[in-house]
Amino acid sequence: MGMSNKTDYTDRYLGYFDKSIDEIRESSSPLVNSFRESAITTFRRMGIPSRKNENYKYTDLTPFFDHDYQTSFLPRAEDIKEAENFRCNVAELDTHGIILVNGYYPHAQRLIELPQGIWVGSFNEASKKFKALFEKHYAKYASTEKDGLVHLNTAMASDGIFIYVPDNTICEQTIQIVNIVQSTEEIFNQHRNLIVVGNNSEMTMMICDHTLSPMKFLTNAVTEVSVGENSKYNIIRIQNEHNSAGKITHTFINQERNSFASSNNISLHGGLIRNNTYHFLSGEGAETRSNGLYLTDKFQHTDNYVSVDHFVPNCSSNQLFKGVLDDISTAAFNGRIYVHPDAQGTTAYQRNNTILLTDDTKMNTKPHLEIYADDVKCSHGATVGQVDEDVLFYLRSRGIDKREAKLMLMFGFAHDVIQDIPVAAIRERLDNLVMQRLRGELSRCASCMVKCCE
Amino acid sequence: MLKINNLHATIGDKKILKGINLEVKEGEVHAIMGPNGSGKSTLASVLAGREFVKVTEGEIIFNGKNLLELSPEERSKEGIFLGFQYPIEIPGVSMVAFMKAAVNAHREYKGLEPLSASDFLKLMREKKELVEIDSKLANRSVNEGFSGGEKKKNEIFQMAMLEPKLSILDETDSGLDIDALRVVANGVNKLKRGDTSSIVITHYQRLLDYIVPDIVHVLYDGRIVKTSGKGLALELEIKGYDWIKKEVDQN
Repeated sequence: MGMSNKTDYTDRYLGYFDKSIDEIRESSSPLVNSFRESAITTFRRMGIPSRKNENYKYTDLTPFFDHDYQTSFLPRAEDIKEAENFRCNVAELDTHGIILVNGYYPHAQRLIELPQGIWVGSFNEASKKFKALFEKHYAKYASTEKDGLVHLNTAMASDGIFIYVPDNTICEQTIQIVNIVQSTEEIFNQHRNLIVVGNNSEMTMMICDHTLSPMKFLTNAVTEVSVGENSKYNIIRIQNEHNSAGKITHTFINQERNSFASSNNISLHGGLIRNNTYHFLSGEGAETRSNGLYLTDKFQHTDNYVSVDHFVPNCSSNQLFKGVLDDISTAAFNGRIYVHPDAQGTTAYQRNNTILLTDDTKMNTKPHLEIYADDVKCSHGATVGQVDEDVLFYLRSRGIDKREAKLMLMFGFAHDVIQDIPVAAIRERLDNLVMQRLRGELSRCASCMVKCCE
Repeated sequence: MLKINNLHATIGDKKILKGINLEVKEGEVHAIMGPNGSGKSTLASVLAGREFVKVTEGEIIFNGKNLLELSPEERSKEGIFLGFQYPIEIPGVSMVAFMKAAVNAHREYKGLEPLSASDFLKLMREKKELVEIDSKLANRSVNEGFSGGEKKKNEIFQMAMLEPKLSILDETDSGLDIDALRVVANGVNKLKRGDTSSIVITHYQRLLDYIVPDIVHVLYDGRIVKTSGKGLALELEIKGYDWIKKEVDQN
């Protein structure tokens, strides 16, 4: 990375660091603090990625990053109040729900032990209580030489979500995190999540990203996940933010032997969304699915960057990303598959399909395969096109009007991604949200207590 | 029921239909035969409302209405059904969702309430039995992964669900083995009522052994060049189309 890959407004973020770091250090654990100095040094070198950075070729961060934000790098009293009454009562969805406000875990009880010894709560608190787990996993996966934003997060983040599922434990409930941004000021927030799933265990989590007030917001969030041997882990991220919200997520999932993981990025609405999803297949026989759906309109932009590393033999990975673009919106997909020399017996697939509803939309799609083993099955495919007139006519010839026929087609197209989500109640909920979104209605969970779109 | 007067149509710059005249009365079954490229499928497309075919002259009156002014969906709701030569696969859209939307669109047009979920499923069940289609097909995405025969049976199932006044079956027999052909033809025959009509478009006599036409037309070079009773189909089966071509070309 040369100097040319970083933007000139990088200095602003170094300024935020200088201004807040003493306070941040004071509230954080020594272990988390021990990573800050080298992280800010790396960030200073790499900076905020510009479009000269190969991974950000199709996403211009300038409109959201070249802007002065209030920096609330510590929780504020009013944030805490939000959490008091929170309860998500999505019908038939058995969840343990928690809320994250402006990147902070605002519940009075900092860490909760659920039945079976599962721990859920504040990242900050957990870094003090679960020292050994943090030493083993924290900042071990979130490291990339391609993206300065990950290092900016490591340098400055002080709170977020922590989940620990011990060995031999099946978490029956979906753990739901409602991640809201709400402020009367324009704020930049960076939270950090650490999820540890032990051996022979199972867990599904859902993150609902919402904004509750119309100010300009920017989020830069990092999530690290460790999935132990023979374990199953699913993450479902539902993004529903307003057009002045910028959201950058970096999710790193490390998998041990014979584990399964799925990542499902459902981007329904948001000004700028960039999801970076990294899958590390580190134990033989691991299987991963990386899926995504993006629905954009107006001047929105959604970009998914996926990177799958096959380090060891006999692992499989499958990427499926689909999107529908309307008005003058744009989107991008960059799917990297890297098969290391030892990873014989790899299967790795990738598919990206996009429907453009107008001539003014634009989709950039880029497969990126590097294969250094010889016994490998790999394939990739991408399509970008319009709604198929023949299919439309078929539906219309049965009496279904043009608008409804188009909706059915787009819904069917999107359902391909939704049907892979492992919890039936979430699938149904998402089908409804997608249908509402495609109809041009505001999509929100009718029974969600957070009336984000009203 | 249907009256086509002097119909001319083009696809791009090419004149395909060059003055079709045809009248179909209630209760009648018409067969339209003809060599490849004569305009049979174009005629079906015009009747169903495909936009890539441009009508340059003539008119089509269906039960007193000017058909050419109606959208494809309005034509369907008025009672026209096209059985496709190549039924379309629609991944992600279930047969149930598809048929529910279609049936309820037809009901709304008639001023009826939408069917309840249970009444709708009951209707699906009855019609599946009527046309002998495999229950499992109805639980899948529309035509996705169906065999050629299954797709054609699925067309007849849709026809049963929508109870059209005029059904146009475009080469429904193409690519069918004899068993599938029998199922398709039986379905059509069971759905026939005194007040419904059919136009069966086919290249071969085979289908007409099962769906017996009242009137047979031969379409050649965009015109109906011969109209006769069902015996004409047999004659064509034996003698082919050359003698008709010769006859026409001489005049």
